[in-house]
Amino acid sequence: MTRTIKVSATFLLTIALVAVAGPWLSPHDYVATNFDRLLAAPGLGDMHLFGTDDLGRDLFVRTMLGVRVTLIVAIVASLVSLVIGVAYGAVAGFVGGRVDAVMMRFVDTLYALPFIFFVILLMVAFERNFLLIFVAIGAINWLDMARIVRGQTLSLREREFVEAAKLAGVGTPRIILRHIAPNLIGIVVVYVTLTIPQAILVESFLSFLGLGVQEPQTSLGALVNSGLGQMEGASWMLLIPAALLAAILMAFNFLGDGLRDLFDARQGP
Amino acid sequence: MSLLDVTGLTIRYGNTTVVDGIDLFVDRGESVGLVGESGSGKSQSALAILGLLPRQARVGGRIEFDGRSLLDAGEEALDTIRARRIGMVFQDPMQALNPYLRIGRQLRQVLLAHGLAGAGDADARVLAMLERVGLPDPERQFRAWPHELSGGMRQRVMIASALIAQPDLLIADEPTTALDVTVQAQILDMLEAIRDDTALLLITHDLGIVAGHCEHMIVLDEGRLVDQGPTTSLFSSPGSPHTRRLISAAPRVDRGDPPPPVTSATRLSVGDAVVEYGRLRAVAGASFAVREGETVAVVGESGSGKSSLVRAVLGLVPLASGRVVYAGETLEGPVQRRPQARRRDLQLVFQDPMSALNPQMRVQAIVAEPLLVNEPTMAAAARRERVAGILERVGLDESLLRRFPHELSGGQAQRVAIARALILDPKVLICDEAVAALDGSIRKQVLDLLREVQRDTGLSIVFISHDLAVVRSLSHRVLVMYMGRVVEVADCATLFDQARHPYTRALIDSVPVPDPVVAPKPAPLRGEVSSLLHPPPGCVFHPRCPKAEAICSNRAPTLRDVGGTRVACHLVN
Amino acid sequence: MLRYTLLRILGAIPTLLLVIALAFLMVHAAPGGPFDDERAWSPEIEANFKAKYNLDAPLPQQFVHYIGGLLRGDFGPSLRYVDRSVSELIGNAFPYSLQLGALAMALALVVGVGAGTLAALRQDTLLDRTVMGFAMTGISIPVFVIAPVLILLFAVKLGWLPAGWSGTAGAGRYVLPVITLALPQIAYIARLTRASMIDVLGRDFIRTARAQGLGTATIVRVHALKPAMLPVLSYMGPAIAAILTGSVVVEEVFGIPGLGQFFVRGALNRDYTLVLGIVIFYAALIVALNLVVDILYGVIDPRVRYR
Repeated sequence: MTRTIKVSATFLLTIALVAVAGPWLSPHDYVATNFDRLLAAPGLGDMHLFGTDDLGRDLFVRTMLGVRVTLIVAIVASLVSLVIGVAYGAVAGFVGGRVDAVMMRFVDTLYALPFIFFVILLMVAFERNFLLIFVAIGAINWLDMARIVRGQTLSLREREFVEAAKLAGVGTPRIILRHIAPNLIGIVVVYVTLTIPQAILVESFLSFLGLGVQEPQTSLGALVNSGLGQMEGASWMLLIPAALLAAILMAFNFLGDGLRDLFDARQGP
Repeated sequence: MSLLDVTGLTIRYGNTTVVDGIDLFVDRGESVGLVGESGSGKSQSALAILGLLPRQARVGGRIEFDGRSLLDAGEEALDTIRARRIGMVFQDPMQALNPYLRIGRQLRQVLLAHGLAGAGDADARVLAMLERVGLPDPERQFRAWPHELSGGMRQRVMIASALIAQPDLLIADEPTTALDVTVQAQILDMLEAIRDDTALLLITHDLGIVAGHCEHMIVLDEGRLVDQGPTTSLFSSPGSPHTRRLISAAPRVDRGDPPPPVTSATRLSVGDAVVEYGRLRAVAGASFAVREGETVAVVGESGSGKSSLVRAVLGLVPLASGRVVYAGETLEGPVQRRPQARRRDLQLVFQDPMSALNPQMRVQAIVAEPLLVNEPTMAAAARRERVAGILERVGLDESLLRRFPHELSGGQAQRVAIARALILDPKVLICDEAVAALDGSIRKQVLDLLREVQRDTGLSIVFISHDLAVVRSLSHRVLVMYMGRVVEVADCATLFDQARHPYTRALIDSVPVPDPVVAPKPAPLRGEVSSLLHPPPGCVFHPRCPKAEAICSNRAPTLRDVGGTRVACHLVN
Repeated sequence: MLRYTLLRILGAIPTLLLVIALAFLMVHAAPGGPFDDERAWSPEIEANFKAKYNLDAPLPQQFVHYIGGLLRGDFGPSLRYVDRSVSELIGNAFPYSLQLGALAMALALVVGVGAGTLAALRQDTLLDRTVMGFAMTGISIPVFVIAPVLILLFAVKLGWLPAGWSGTAGAGRYVLPVITLALPQIAYIARLTRASMIDVLGRDFIRTARAQGLGTATIVRVHALKPAMLPVLSYMGPAIAAILTGSVVVEEVFGIPGLGQFFVRGALNRDYTLVLGIVIFYAALIVALNLVVDILYGVIDPRVRYR
């Protein structure tokens, strides 16, 4: 179980490192076209490690660019669900009563919305805009976290050790800091990890449809889409970004699962 | 040859041995009690007989039933024994019945699985069985969901499902532990009445139940067999020191010398307290007072409002009306709004120490926190000294200071909770079922500790308990509650020797006495506590009262003085 | 039960109104948005459009007008498909999406619940690990990756199945799209089923059933399946949304003339009325299906009805 965590964390860190340093070390840049080498297969020739696309652009650099977008999405997603989700859920859970009922009714309503379609609608109404993707991802991402944190806070609030603290004269700020927050951290870490893959999926889905990141910028979803057109002749254009995307998603899923098992085990029977 | 013959039974999980070579025999028609404290391996042994242990368990030894070995039998062979030859009743009927299936379906399934009835006649047999276990209106209960039944009713259903296939042996694992004492008495009576010649293996921590209902007993301690023999001879001359300790630690409701009344000044008084949760009235006007250095016990079954009452006194739940006066001052509002100086004087010890201790804090931090908040100017060294001092006071070793709660035993954790409550030198300590979760010997130690602290510091104690036998040895005065009302208040000795309210009498008579010489009394009460949402008119106790007359259903009695006792009953003079 | 059902239905109405209002506002209030569009339209569209949308009226009045249209099943005209109304387009396209979605959902439920139950009953064996390994892969591969990979493998390399929709007929053309749509849901449902089945099998009432000698098959069928399905049922809402989302990609990749394809085309062509109409249609569908799931929940769990 801890091995799963180690392996997936190492993989993600390595990928992040390569995505940051790789394009910088490579002799190519992401827009330069090389008409002598259209659709070159992956290999060490000319240092086109992942080959080139139909415009002769270096796919290693472009893929790493896509990975960067994916990782930025991951970071934004976790920040949004951390800040909004945890704050919202904690307030609803701690205050309780009518405030909680209203706040959670709102979350339930948002939950029932087909978000991705709204995002597409937004993309149509406003010009396609990279920032909008983040807004959209944020809007979906904090809901799960808010629900989970709220539930946990609500049950913590009723726990007897909180009552004992109140009886001993401990004030609300200290109760939150010493008694509620430390008991939330485990579950928050787990769910931050588990919401990241969903955020990545949303971004890559939009980019695949051509509604996300726009040319000449790229993302893994966009790369898969352009690979689709060339899959009979140049299957690497499809398979490399597709495999990377799947691997990153899988690593986050494994990490989340591993952390959850660890957390459950710590909670004890 | 014995019906059930277990020899050298061992159960291991990994490297931990939970049952270590025990022998156990049950003859046809016989009733055998399997006794031990928590962790003694009694439930594990029972589960092993029917092959119900989790997969990780490694079971060794020999288990023979009616000449057949059960240990080597496969699941399919065991399925022909289960229910058909050996029935089993579990402790908590809420968890042990399937909440998603109607009662009738759950019982019907047993008959069908063993080919004892066809689809056509199964229902009739189920109805007959429900009637036998004393369920009123079996037709209705047949279609009921488990959550619609009371705890006692559910346990009757559980027993019905264990006996419906007419097994030769019934294994009952703490069958009445989750129930109120008056309901426990009914269930035990019913079980005796309907089991006929079915042998009974009764697993319990309660020596009173064994003394009253088992011919033979077996005592386990930490997975080992320490004693066995006829119940009467084991009680009169226990073979092992462990059994002797168990018997001497078992509190008796029928004898013992309560401490004499105290006459010091009143420290805390509560007048006409009412607690409501929405439409539910949990406490309907209760008054009591505690003197300096006095222990007042508040007793009652579930739904009596005893916990709600003290929680309202502490400001943990709102008081709908009534008032609380402490040291001449009225205490109002929720606990957070009360003055710090008053808050620290009233402390609470909870039933379950594990949930009362923050799992993320070490013992040192848990015990020191009240000091840190109330005496922020105190030097760290002085604080550490106070913590060490209070830990010693409650009989805990200083080496525990660095531990987290999950690294403590139940008894240790409850002492830590008591240390936290005592570190501010409170004047009133409220114990809400504070020893209910503890085993006999540890319970005795904690009670001794409370008595000692009271003697040394003049602490007032409000002791909430459902266990009358514990109350008898500890309290100066006793308050009996039923459905949110105080029905009787008296000095401890007076109450136990001449209980005046029929409910108090019934409560005392329902407690099993750990002495086989004292024959168990028949269950004194019918039925169970009425719904708090729809309390009966007049005296709320009248539907269950054996003496109820016409007036009882018309007019609610009020507390009045009757020869040194305050009692709320029309029929007492 | 009737009261519970009615309450649920009443509860769904505000959600639906909110969805419509939100979608409507997004399109109409966007700065430089569609209805300020200066691009030339053919005169008949423009006239038709102005009349339909009451464009000179204040926004709230336009909204009421739009809702009125919706109540009659009128989503207005398409901006790009001349002479076609949005309702007509949806009416023509939806049957394809419905077939695909329903088949995928059925497949996901049957395979997912089956595999999850099997894995739970054989916990920690090779079978369990294999199923869970597949499931982990399944939830980690996006639909738009599964689709081309399946085409590459089964259509291009092996030539067993058609890669596209048009020009082929018969059941064969359903196979790859349905499998693509179902795979991630199979994975989710298998994981959920396994976890909840393990949880339920560990509860006390299962031990009671074992003590009654009912046998594994009866225990799973009579006692465990219902409660173990509750988390799966709760997941049906998100699953429906995920299948609708996935169908957008699948229809695009396989060239199926379903709702998803029109949606993407509309989005790329800035056909506002069409996109707005489809979003509202999808939302209504999801709200309605969630309602059905809620009511089913009440049927299975007797305790929630009283809440």
